[in-house]
Amino acid sequence: MSNAAADAEHAGSRVAASRRALVRRGPAGVALIAVAFALVWVLFAARTCGTSCTGLETTFGSAVHDPHDFLITLLNAVTAAGLYFVVASGFTLIFGLMRVVNMAHGAFFLLGGYIALKLQRHFVGGDSAFGLLSSQVSWWQWLVPALVAAVCIGIAGLGMQQVFLRWNQGQELRQALITIAIAIILADQMIAHFGAFTQDIAWPGLIDKRVRIHLAGVEYSLTRLAILATAILVGAALWLWLKKTRTGMVIRAGVDDRQMVSALGVNIQLTFALAFFVGSALAGFGGAIGGSFASLGPGVDANWLLYSLVVVIIGGMGSLVGAAVGSLLLGLVSAFSAVYLPANYTYYSIIFTFALLALVLAFRPLGLFGRPA
Amino acid sequence: MTGFGSGFQQWLERSIGVAAIFFVAAAPLLAPTPIMSNYFISTILTQTFFLGIAAASLIFLSAYGGMVSLAQISIFGIAGFALGNAVTNGNTKGLNLGWSPWWGIVVGLAVATAVAFLFGALASRSAGIYFLMITLTFAVIANVFFGADLSLSGFGGISGIQAPSWIGEVSAHPYRLYYAAFVVAVVVYVVIRYLVRTPFGLTLQGIRDDPLRMSSLGYNVPLHRTMAFGFAGFIAALGGVLFVWWNGHIDPASINIGAAIDLLVICVIGGLYRLEGAWLGALAFVVIQNYVRTDYLPVVGGTFHSLIGAIFLLIILLSPGGLMGIWGAMLGRVAPADRATSATGIPGEQGGQPTEGASR
Repeated sequence: MSNAAADAEHAGSRVAASRRALVRRGPAGVALIAVAFALVWVLFAARTCGTSCTGLETTFGSAVHDPHDFLITLLNAVTAAGLYFVVASGFTLIFGLMRVVNMAHGAFFLLGGYIALKLQRHFVGGDSAFGLLSSQVSWWQWLVPALVAAVCIGIAGLGMQQVFLRWNQGQELRQALITIAIAIILADQMIAHFGAFTQDIAWPGLIDKRVRIHLAGVEYSLTRLAILATAILVGAALWLWLKKTRTGMVIRAGVDDRQMVSALGVNIQLTFALAFFVGSALAGFGGAIGGSFASLGPGVDANWLLYSLVVVIIGGMGSLVGAAVGSLLLGLVSAFSAVYLPANYTYYSIIFTFALLALVLAFRPLGLFGRPA
Repeated sequence: MTGFGSGFQQWLERSIGVAAIFFVAAAPLLAPTPIMSNYFISTILTQTFFLGIAAASLIFLSAYGGMVSLAQISIFGIAGFALGNAVTNGNTKGLNLGWSPWWGIVVGLAVATAVAFLFGALASRSAGIYFLMITLTFAVIANVFFGADLSLSGFGGISGIQAPSWIGEVSAHPYRLYYAAFVVAVVVYVVIRYLVRTPFGLTLQGIRDDPLRMSSLGYNVPLHRTMAFGFAGFIAALGGVLFVWWNGHIDPASINIGAAIDLLVICVIGGLYRLEGAWLGALAFVVIQNYVRTDYLPVVGGTFHSLIGAIFLLIILLSPGGLMGIWGAMLGRVAPADRATSATGIPGEQGGQPTEGASR
């Protein structure tokens, strides 16, 4: 009798325990179901609008029905992710080492773009209001402005760090506010000096064309593939720098324990300065690419700050791998939600970026690859 | 901290506060005078009150919860959009539900507070700069959402939102909304001051100082942060309701990233660690915005934003506590009475200046 009661009690507590586990894992299950549903939808279920539309049709059909458009969307996602990565890797490098959230990163991006733009116009000549055609631009007339912009922005970032941030190290919020102030001033000054209209940098004629990819008959823009290649190069260079050189070793050690590294006799201030230079230079270089890929104008700075933030929040701040994964996720979600949402709901694609962010934060507050400071 | 009797400071601040309240309450009676024009009252002071209310919600979070949020302007705007959708019934964007103004208030506050709870829950496990970044993304997403969603707002926003009849047209009865905003501001101030002394408020301050310890003492840290964020959202929503009544129109540009930064600027100028700073910062911001806005700055070029950015930068560099911090530091330097008895400061430095003047 008492045994039976005890058994029942046991069973009851087991049920309660499993229910608690279910509650705890519930969100993960929901997330998994959502991801699985999204995959099935994109790969098999999505239909385009044929003769009778119900509003539930998507812009492109599913991967099975329409491999051509699916492949293009996939390439769009991956190449956009490349540019996100170039910009966000600079952000994450600075943050990882110095715990500085550089809210002026977007402004640096835009300023880098403008520097490259002005230099290119200067090199090519014929400064017309309509911009340049890619056929007028040879490869060095794109590359030299982009590199000069990167160096200029690197120096600007270094200057900002030395003048405003070096003496209040560790006051993270104050540093973030200082960079916000600089971003406000820069944004307003850029409108005053470069105008409030949108302009773009011309790609060199050499790569501004479409190439045939021998897959599903896709012809794809070579410039976008070049962005992806650049991103892979930047990523590889950063990885080699951080993993295989002495400076990289110091930086990685600094990410884990700044005090200990400087106690060991390493000039950590020099390392900080270097990291700030490289991180800002990546924003400037990204600005040159972004100005060719999209355009430059007021508000672009805020957008790219946002992209960088989303990427590093998802990936985990201070992690290079995290920046790569975060960029890829952001690129995939924004490209696919723009064309695979039912036609009446396309406007809500931004919500998916939010959902992605929320999903990651709910399970890993420090991001996918983040580690506590 | 300031090195002199806080009793005197408290007395002085209370006197100034009471004087300010009397002055503000009497201002419309004195108008129109050259300094107290109707424009000053209906535009500058009314705007100061509702922006100050939104700023107070941010300062509450930052001063007592250690959370600097950039999403307060979104909550503010969401209240405005919800109210706009509920009360309009004409040729404007949105749902045009045509409900009574009372329901408009209820819907605006409820929707905004609910969204604030959601945002708070998502961000509740972060603090410090992480919190700042996450709330910034919330702010941008809210802005883009209302820009994209044609059924609720769309790019052009909702116009022709009327204040309830007991407030009437702002152009016809400028003082009604002025007094409404004034009363709400005072109530918000009192309620926040009360709340931070309740067990909830004290726990929140404990979490601000040491989340790990509070968590090991058995307090639910994310829950408290979420509750605080929801409460702050309600405050911001009050500001948003007053804003749409005052403005009659709301569009996504009113809650864009620039607006979010503007609100942060208000709080930093006023002082992120003192609640009074909310209205002080709002007043400074609105005055600069109204009198500098259209002019191009000499030499460097640029507009109002370059100037406000430079002021913002200077304040963070020189006095992270903002104007209220400067005020505190000033009192610390001037007040002679309690210095000798103060245990916190260095005696030599403290005695120095005032007695010098007295002995001569």
